[in-house]
Amino acid sequence: MNALPLILTVFVACAVEAVEALTIVMATGLTREWRSTFQGMGAALVVLAVVTAVIGPALTLLPLSALRLVVGALLAIFGLQWLRKAVLRATGYKALHDEASAYLREVAAAKAAPVQARRGVTDWYSFTLAFKGVLLEGLEVVFIVLTFGANQHNIGAAVIGAVAAIVVVSIAGFAVKAPLSKVPENWLKFAVGVMLTSFGTFWGAEGAGVDWPGNDAALLVLVPVVALVSAGYVFWLRSRKATVSAPDKESEVVSS
Amino acid sequence: MNRIKAFGAFWYDFVVGDDWQIAALVVAGLALTAILVHTAGVNAWWLLPLFVFAALGWSLHRATRSR
Repeated sequence: MNALPLILTVFVACAVEAVEALTIVMATGLTREWRSTFQGMGAALVVLAVVTAVIGPALTLLPLSALRLVVGALLAIFGLQWLRKAVLRATGYKALHDEASAYLREVAAAKAAPVQARRGVTDWYSFTLAFKGVLLEGLEVVFIVLTFGANQHNIGAAVIGAVAAIVVVSIAGFAVKAPLSKVPENWLKFAVGVMLTSFGTFWGAEGAGVDWPGNDAALLVLVPVVALVSAGYVFWLRSRKATVSAPDKESEVVSS
Repeated sequence: MNRIKAFGAFWYDFVVGDDWQIAALVVAGLALTAILVHTAGVNAWWLLPLFVFAALGWSLHRATRSR
């Protein structure tokens, strides 16, 4: 398979995660202090680099069919969870993830917390907040990079897509000095959910022993079919919602 | 012990997420595909997509039916 679809898929998936991490970093850095925030961010990036360096080469040593079976299952499950959230948000059954309000919540919490120096870090609150935010969002990036990269035996291309996404989002965020609230996050998540589900289904079935008609070209059919079926669920839920009383949009806890 | 539980809970939430039945249906789809391919000799490439679409529809139905 050409490396370009791999790079583009990883780029979009990682851009979504980078936007969420950026919101936390900007809120912490602008409200409190940058030095401790960057230290926290740097520490998280070191942990993520170690995880990638340890697990990445180990994955490529696995037999391809076993790798595709396990990684395909994980990607399909992961992708379906993204799609589920995106469809529920698109139909109003779940509140939209709002980077602007997430930013305001982080700012309010950051202003209220006391400044405390620990282990050579001037502001421990800024450090831990940036560390946790970047680590948690970064783990999803690492998962996507390793699963896509290992399956294609091209972790380098996946890393290029991820690094490009992080650089572009960081430059955009620091240029506007605010969270990237104009990014159509739910539709990006929908698109990423479609890609993860399609690739997961394709690789998982291959790992189980099937031969796809047309080999890799089957993905050119599978991706639009997954998108169409998911869009069909959006229309189904919207029409069903219109026929019953208005549901409570906030009744399901919103996570990333 | 609490740390081990928290570690396990984190990874469960990370991989399985909000609805474990999605994961169960995907695994069932893969298992059935493997059985059809290796024991019955059927190239069941169509089976996993059906399970995937059913898993999403079932999960969405359960998440929204009482609202």
